[in-house]
Amino acid sequence: MATASTTTALPVLVQSLSKHFGEVRAVEDITFDIRPGEFLTLLGPSGSGKTTLLMMIAGFSRPTAGSIQIAGQEIVHLPPHKRNIGMVFQNYALFPHMTVGENVAYPLRLRGVGKAEIKDRVQRVLDLVQLGSYADRNISQLSGGQRQRIALARAIVFEPKILLMDEPLSALDKQLRETMQIEIRSLHDRLGMTTISVTHDQREALTMSDRIAVFSKGRLAQVATPSDLYEHPESQFVAEFIGESSFLPLEEKNGQWCYNGRPLKLADDGIGAADTMLLMLRPERLRWTEDNAAASGDGNQFTGQVRTVVFQGESLLFEVMLDGGHTVFVRMANRSENVRALPQAGQSVALRLERADARLVRAEG
Amino acid sequence: MAQAAVLQSPSGSSKTIRLEQNREALEKDKRAEARVMFHLTVPALVIVGLLMVAPIAWLLSMSFVAPDGQLSLENYRLFFAEPVYRDMFLNTFKIAFIVTVLCLLLGYPVAYLLAITPAPWSGLLMLAVLMPFWTSTLVRTFSWLIILQRNGLVNSALVGAGLVERPIPLVHNMTGTIIGMVHIMVPFLILPLYASMKAIDGNLMRAAANLGSSPAHAFARVYLPLSMPGLVAGTIMVFVMCLGFYITPALLGGGKVKMIAQRIEESLSLYATWGPAAALAVLLLLMTALCLGLSLMLVRRLTPEV
Repeated sequence: MATASTTTALPVLVQSLSKHFGEVRAVEDITFDIRPGEFLTLLGPSGSGKTTLLMMIAGFSRPTAGSIQIAGQEIVHLPPHKRNIGMVFQNYALFPHMTVGENVAYPLRLRGVGKAEIKDRVQRVLDLVQLGSYADRNISQLSGGQRQRIALARAIVFEPKILLMDEPLSALDKQLRETMQIEIRSLHDRLGMTTISVTHDQREALTMSDRIAVFSKGRLAQVATPSDLYEHPESQFVAEFIGESSFLPLEEKNGQWCYNGRPLKLADDGIGAADTMLLMLRPERLRWTEDNAAASGDGNQFTGQVRTVVFQGESLLFEVMLDGGHTVFVRMANRSENVRALPQAGQSVALRLERADARLVRAEG
Repeated sequence: MAQAAVLQSPSGSSKTIRLEQNREALEKDKRAEARVMFHLTVPALVIVGLLMVAPIAWLLSMSFVAPDGQLSLENYRLFFAEPVYRDMFLNTFKIAFIVTVLCLLLGYPVAYLLAITPAPWSGLLMLAVLMPFWTSTLVRTFSWLIILQRNGLVNSALVGAGLVERPIPLVHNMTGTIIGMVHIMVPFLILPLYASMKAIDGNLMRAAANLGSSPAHAFARVYLPLSMPGLVAGTIMVFVMCLGFYITPALLGGGKVKMIAQRIEESLSLYATWGPAAALAVLLLLMTALCLGLSLMLVRRLTPEV
């Protein structure tokens, strides 16, 4: 996604960065770069090292080894107050003894900005987060969503080179979270600030990011755009973490990948012969098919029996036991033309997977 | 809800009657509960009345009885007529002030250390603060007498190290009184301060640093204001306790340091009647109440709403 850059956004380079706590390797040898104005999300389960990495970029945690550069300038030796990086904290960390206006003015006062200009800039940024009339309120009078906006306003008012966000939306309820995701993204597009956000919520990462860095056990599993990550995950971990999927083990027969004795038509054949590979099945990519339409054309066919049907509002989820003995999930949109002919629990069915959707991923050791 | 029930019911009128009866019963339950709650507070009210209100009223009434048994303001006139009393009040406030300031300077860093130290060590530190707190004031005061005396630990060390030629007088004077009082008072400052510091979100200091504050600036603008409620509460506690302190000034002051509490005691052994002593006690009580009131106002002003 292109960003309409208004400030001069800067690139960030993280190189061979590690953080060890005694024996525990919280972050292990991580290298990636962030382009100027890019919105990068660090995604992973708790304990995967994503927050530790963010803390090192902010300067609250000293790396064991490695380098962090902003526009080519090494920052690992700088104390946090000299890094000029904006940050939105998980619990917002707004100063409770100051008003909204004083909170937002705090970084400007420190930078010796004149009184009139402070007033002007505070007002502008409060307008930007749609809380223009809140300058004189106390923090205790704000709702969760309003606190979130003020924290964001305080983090961007001094036009930092980089904006960091630590689980910025985790304290909000689902509906508000979804509104804020879109709001933050559009704010980012207007300001063009290089942004690094941390989350464990895949939906949030997919919605807001230009690219997503997936973390697992202190290591970087994959960095890619949201759609790349979803369509071409490299490992079972990434495929499981982004979206839903079922996996089928494969065997090699006569130079062909097969499942349950049947050769498969794959999107991408020869890869990773050295690793154990699994076939990834996204639930929404499987379709019902007539039993004898068979594996005609560019499709693969699987047969099995429906175990359970779960109604989930906008869609229905089917648990199907394949004849090969593995369970897969199938998702169908809840549309009238679909619903008419849906199978019931216990019914034998045939499933079709297009060649383009038949992707292999590396199994996790 | 009630309406819906009535509408659905074929015999609507009987339903309405039942709901009416229910409302009366619920009202009765509420009154009964309030009665029980009041009865439960009676023991506490009796204790407060007998042990707090009655003695103070008695003290107050005695302070208006002159030595000749007549009702008069003689005891209070004595206080304003004789400068020695006024000087003693001033002296008491001076000592309380010095002790409070010293407690602040010593207690704040200790409370801060307690608040930031991780779990197993903070427990040990807290124990170190509380141990003396649990020991009798009398025992601690006598210990200071031994440590600070002419041939005591401190003086022999100072002379031995060649820092002073002769032992310096550390006890039976103002110095000794203040040292002893600070030692006894400092936990009363540390405990509320620690509670207040523990409640400060660690991310606030990080946020301040992130926004550009040096550690010293972040402390002054964020940490100190947020620890203020505990600081003020502890300071008041120490100051007020100092005003009425008796044992330590009596023992370590060696008769040279006069505070009000001592004068009250002397007044009792000197005069046959309780009038003058009662008047002094009432005046002390009033001033203490005044201090408390002022500082409570201050706390309310300083407490951030979270």
